[in-house]
Amino acid sequence: MSKKLYKDVNGYKIEDRFTGLSNDLKIEMLRKMYEIRHFENEAEQFIIRGMIHGTCHLYTGEEATAVGAICAIQSDDYITSTHRGHGHCIAKGADLNIMMAELLGKKTGYSKGKGGSMHIADVRSGNLGANGVVGGSIGIATGGALTCKMKKNGKIVVCFFGDGAANQGIFHSSINIASIWDLPVVYLCENNVYGMSTSVKEAFNIKRISDRKYAYGIEGLTIDGNDLIEVFNTISYFAGRCRTGKGPVLVESLTYRWSGHSKSDAQVYRTREEIKEWKERDPIKRYREILISRKIITEKDDSDLEKEVMNKIQKASEFARESPFPDPSEVEDDVYA
Amino acid sequence: MLKNNARQLTYLEALREAMQQKMRADNDVYLIGEDIAEYGGAFGVTVGMLEEFGSERIRNTPISEEAIIGIAAGSAITGMRPIAEIMFSDFITIAMDQIANQAAKICYMFGGKARVPMVIRTAGGGGTGAAAQHSQSLEAIVAHIPGLKVVMPSCPYDAKGLLISSINDDNPVIFIEHKLLYKNKKYTNSVPEEMYEIPLGKGDIKKGGSDISIVATSYMVQKSLEAAEKLSLEKGIDCEVVDIRTLKPLDIDIILNSIKKTGKLICVEEAPVFGGFMGEVVAQVSEKGFDWLDAPIKRVAGRNCPVPYSLVLEQEMIPGVERIEKGILDLLG
Repeated sequence: MSKKLYKDVNGYKIEDRFTGLSNDLKIEMLRKMYEIRHFENEAEQFIIRGMIHGTCHLYTGEEATAVGAICAIQSDDYITSTHRGHGHCIAKGADLNIMMAELLGKKTGYSKGKGGSMHIADVRSGNLGANGVVGGSIGIATGGALTCKMKKNGKIVVCFFGDGAANQGIFHSSINIASIWDLPVVYLCENNVYGMSTSVKEAFNIKRISDRKYAYGIEGLTIDGNDLIEVFNTISYFAGRCRTGKGPVLVESLTYRWSGHSKSDAQVYRTREEIKEWKERDPIKRYREILISRKIITEKDDSDLEKEVMNKIQKASEFARESPFPDPSEVEDDVYA
Repeated sequence: MLKNNARQLTYLEALREAMQQKMRADNDVYLIGEDIAEYGGAFGVTVGMLEEFGSERIRNTPISEEAIIGIAAGSAITGMRPIAEIMFSDFITIAMDQIANQAAKICYMFGGKARVPMVIRTAGGGGTGAAAQHSQSLEAIVAHIPGLKVVMPSCPYDAKGLLISSINDDNPVIFIEHKLLYKNKKYTNSVPEEMYEIPLGKGDIKKGGSDISIVATSYMVQKSLEAAEKLSLEKGIDCEVVDIRTLKPLDIDIILNSIKKTGKLICVEEAPVFGGFMGEVVAQVSEKGFDWLDAPIKRVAGRNCPVPYSLVLEQEMIPGVERIEKGILDLLG
């Protein structure tokens, strides 16, 4: 049985793998997006109440990219994440309690309070870590893919990075090596329009970041990153291509961060109208409406699901708040393995 | 030191043998770096390894130091044990984000839940006329960063045992080799054929003595030994030469024990004296061994300038046997 075509774009015949998924999986993706949205809402509350010792970068508005891409790969595949990493971490299957505890610097957190928001990693779930350095994880993702190739374990790596990272040297040198060695990496550029305050219009003289694929002799595409189905189908297609040894790809996912860059951003570089426009393209709203119109869920199922997620987030928040801080005597533990 | 084996190897041969034996024993060990395949590495350390292990495991890269280290680190977290070669230690600066912010900190940032077993082999030191960008001794920069281990072997026997230990270690190790030791027949020594480890964090008394302790690293150990021999013959001064071998972890005990005996300390290193690693040795000795000292500590180190080109200038910048001798005589009054 030949699969239905989702899109024939730039010569890529991208199959519609979404439609054939079970309803459970389709609903699971909505749940994951809600988890990210409400996790970030709670994190924002922490920021407002001064409970975050340090900073925090929220993924709100970009949920479809993390969830669509990560649901399109296998659970034992690897990802690398960014400083705006909560969404990737949740989508890859991290425990919300342990994540929340890490944000508050608690002993029960993923890094025992040593990493915080910017260094959350859940290595067991294949998440090789958020990264405080813009572009810092592109080399690590490429190395993970080298392991996959050398060990012939059939795994691939999805490397998340932002538009800002695409102008770092490590982007160039890593993708070039991945290309000459045919490494199985999906380089997934989340173009959320701003690198801190600098617009992509000021930072690039090309229309599409994915056009940089030509410089490395690899394949790639620009997609609507706020359309979960488009992200899912495209990453499924390119991940499959990587898995057959055809080398890396560069996908640009167009999206937008709703909140400021970090907790100290006055957002003087963008207009309310622009934010409003993007909020109308809310990835969760769009996906929810599709599921309702296709009768996969009802309005009530949807609101029940959202309430269930909000409950779970509240429990995670309580767990984090009630968890103990690390003991000062632990400060030099884990410097070395 | 094992002395039952008469086989003499150069420093370079000892390094190569360590890598070959580890690669035969463990499929997860591989090499990544520039010109390490057919060419055999800029200094010839990996000659012949492509033929034995193939291009899958001897991974020749484009000129991309940052990616070499990033890829090594990423592969290390996911189960490999890479040995990355950075042609000149000066070029670690190009890869510094990946070394200092990534490889060094991953274990700690992730609460001990990830390991980064990788070795960065690199050629340091001057005396080759290669001037400012190919002659530096940057060990203090990397030794300062928590999460890294730093190793600087001074002879073939140590080179093999320390490299095997570094490959077996679950942390990122900066392994700094000295260009003037690689092929130098003057510094060959007896190297056992079998695999052996020299633990990281254990110094070695290269020559016992009772009048003064000389603490040195890498090529400066050899120069210190030459100075010690001359002073013994010419002046009857009995120097003890302590080779710390690994800067991090540092075997401070071997230094303190030596000072207990001699009461005098001179530190010798090639790097510019300001902010050099021996400043750390001096600080620890003054904190922990002040009572045993009966003279001020002296440092003989590189001058505070980039390594110059012209031979006369280069010899002025980098300490040699004469400067070490003079330092010792000044200290002994």
